[in-house]
Amino acid sequence: MNELSDEVKNKSNRRDFLKTSFSAAAGLVLAFHVPSAVRGQKAAVSPTINKTFAPNAWLEIAASGTVTVFVALAEMGQGIRTSLPMILADELEADWSKVKVINAVSDPKYGRMDTGGSYSVRDSWLPLRKAGAAAREMLIRAAAEKWKVRPEDCFAEKGFVVNKSTKKRIGYGELIEAASRQSVPENPPFKDAKDFRLIGKNVSNVDGLEIVTGRAVYGFDFHVPGMLVASVERCPVFGGKLVSFDGSEAEKVPGVRHVVEMTLFGIPAAVAVIADNTWAAIKARGLLKIKWDEGENAKQNSAAISREFAAKARAKEDEVLRDDGDAVAALQTEKIEAVYETPYLAHACLETQNCVAQYKDGKCEIWGPIQYPSWVQGSVARTCGIKPPDVTVHRTLIGGGFGRRILPDYAAEAAQLSKKVNAPVQVVWSREDDMKNDYYRSASYHLLQASVKDKKPFAWRHRMVFPSISGSYDAKAATESESLWGALELPFAIPNFRVEYSRVQPETRLGWWRATRMPNVFATECFLDEIAEKCGTDPLEFRLRLLERDREVKIREANVTHNLSVERLKRVLKLAAEKAGWGKPLPKGRGRGIAAHAYFDVGTYVAQVAEVTVNDDGGVKVDRIICAVDCGTVINPDTVAAQMEGCVVYALSAVLGGEITLENGRIVQNSYRDYPVLQINQMPLVETFIVPSKEPPGGVGEPGVPPTAPAVVNAIFAATGKRLRRLPISAGDFSG
Amino acid sequence: MKNFLLKINGKKQKVAVEEDTPLLWVLRDALRLTGTKFGCGLGVCGACTIHIDGKAVRSCQIAVSKINSKSTITTIEGLSKNGEHPVQKAWLAEQVPQCGYCQPGQIMQACAFLAANKKPTEAEIDEAMKDNICRCGTYQRIRKAVRRAALEMKE
Repeated sequence: MNELSDEVKNKSNRRDFLKTSFSAAAGLVLAFHVPSAVRGQKAAVSPTINKTFAPNAWLEIAASGTVTVFVALAEMGQGIRTSLPMILADELEADWSKVKVINAVSDPKYGRMDTGGSYSVRDSWLPLRKAGAAAREMLIRAAAEKWKVRPEDCFAEKGFVVNKSTKKRIGYGELIEAASRQSVPENPPFKDAKDFRLIGKNVSNVDGLEIVTGRAVYGFDFHVPGMLVASVERCPVFGGKLVSFDGSEAEKVPGVRHVVEMTLFGIPAAVAVIADNTWAAIKARGLLKIKWDEGENAKQNSAAISREFAAKARAKEDEVLRDDGDAVAALQTEKIEAVYETPYLAHACLETQNCVAQYKDGKCEIWGPIQYPSWVQGSVARTCGIKPPDVTVHRTLIGGGFGRRILPDYAAEAAQLSKKVNAPVQVVWSREDDMKNDYYRSASYHLLQASVKDKKPFAWRHRMVFPSISGSYDAKAATESESLWGALELPFAIPNFRVEYSRVQPETRLGWWRATRMPNVFATECFLDEIAEKCGTDPLEFRLRLLERDREVKIREANVTHNLSVERLKRVLKLAAEKAGWGKPLPKGRGRGIAAHAYFDVGTYVAQVAEVTVNDDGGVKVDRIICAVDCGTVINPDTVAAQMEGCVVYALSAVLGGEITLENGRIVQNSYRDYPVLQINQMPLVETFIVPSKEPPGGVGEPGVPPTAPAVVNAIFAATGKRLRRLPISAGDFSG
Repeated sequence: MKNFLLKINGKKQKVAVEEDTPLLWVLRDALRLTGTKFGCGLGVCGACTIHIDGKAVRSCQIAVSKINSKSTITTIEGLSKNGEHPVQKAWLAEQVPQCGYCQPGQIMQACAFLAANKKPTEAEIDEAMKDNICRCGTYQRIRKAVRRAALEMKE
């Protein structure tokens, strides 16, 4: 359900909402409030107050000609503080050099502000075009009024309205009063794609200068007067409880103001040290003496978890998700079988969790690196005993999201403490806190079986075993579909195709990780290669044959039907192969592998070819990743390339880097030292090729992730003849 | 609490902090210079990199009491007036940053490296930058930006 556009559509039927107020803006600061008394009326404004033209929630034009664009979704490095304003500014015909970008403060008028799932650009595309086009039309009418001509006798050009015959121009800044008097057009015409000035161009990151000069403000950097800083010692076992604590030594550290008990999910399970500076809080926390009741989960360890997965893979399935033909019968004959496994993974964002909260007089203000403001509002409201609309969320820049910042836990902690000590509080997490209190990507176990007839796959059976994210909140909840993609929907011409799922209870917190479905694509794209080998067919040729003819495959999910375009998937496969020189010989010890994924639910298709070198000692070097991407209409090509590079790096950390394990219920890993992530000396050369397209914009935040691991592992097979089936890989995989 | 006199970004600064306070927190909390970032507190990620007398130092690993008052400390804020340093310009020309959180540390590391190595090889760049972690994956562009900055700094 496209909530954002539905909301915009509904709003456009309510004329008073859209009749603009000639608002008295209190400077162009973060807050933008349209008092309900003013909505739909012309405000009487003194000429000395700053005035703006603000026909909708997303833009304000000042008398100076500055165009402020409000970005309601979360910038976390995927470039939307640049690409979303580009969309609006292009339709508006703004002068890009006069565009200022502000992170919107939580407000229902923006519709959905929660960010993730690679949907920012594709969901904003039409609403922002409409917002910009409507404002443009109103400015044109305003100028036409002034010149006493018809709107058709004028056009808009880079911040000016131009009179076609006289060539006279008026800047937008001079038109704001007259424009505010126009009614908002319901269906303003959109530009032709050929007239785009910004869309499709490599526009520079709007925050570039701020970032390279150290002026950019992230959650960790945010500060309010009187703010205290909290460092929190949490129960090391998920679900455990606080029994007692002795804070006497901690309280002696200069700067420490409070040492208090804290709840996690409503249960006393932590102790917070609150000080007037960060170092004092960190130091004093180390002096706490705490007794925990670790609870049932203290028995959990990774070895037992793996055994449970393996057992459930062989037992009767909990659910049959797809059953074309009769794979069970077809596999009674000779078959190939493989087990693929992936571990728990952390997000390991470079900016650890943090949040500033100020609880005061029954309301709470939050400042932080937040992906989902609505969840923060809900969680903080519950924590403080207030209502969600009484929680205002301000979004700072975000030092990496990847799905971690969806969860509101860090905001709820800050709010709890602020209310407790009656002061603004910033909770800061250490690197160890961040590693040990993540919402991890699920571990998974995949049992795959296939049989071959006449050198073609005849039957396929895939048993998936993993704890679902929804299951971690509600044992009865259905498994979220995004955790099933990459396995369930495969559009291959295999007559007997069966997909099964067995659930396991999660023993730790689970959440969304960049391209949560990546383990499924790893298993299926590697297993496809194994079947190709059995059939004696080249892996690229094999995939193209299995995909058969160009067509749209319909995939149902709840009350949405998606289209998977086989044509677009085949195109990226062929493009990646072509650019990689697929089929050309490589020296000994080097190999190429291919993998692709139709990220149909975000409208993007990605294929990758990996080239690797495997040394005699089992060291794997990924030399090149050639990435072909079809993401529909491209807003900023360089951003697409950057996202593909970033996705590849994120995926390679899962192949070559660390894993999360549990011992005695505790997360074992602490930092980048024992949870290694990709470093620059491991970086392959990534080449991105974008398919020109007029389809609506797809998403690019995640789609580059799933093909990387299978492409690399398939390349390792090509180089060595060895199949690796468990991530992360290590040199030890090649011995014996 | 003790008074310390530090030379930071060309200015003499007096701070009153505990002796064992890492320079990182002196910069961020006492002086509100938040361009230098916390990433791990263990000297492993490079986000806190600054210069002491032109050398790259992980500011989370050095206590304020261990700093010579005569030493010159440079943070990302003091690298240039408004981004004119060749490394900063190269970072923008190559569109390096994504979320940007690691970039001040990356830039400071690159600056110190290039000041000492005017004609770096690919391998030397990787070796110098390898302990600066980027989770967004900007490494390819960091390599290009360091090469670009090296060329400009040579002139």
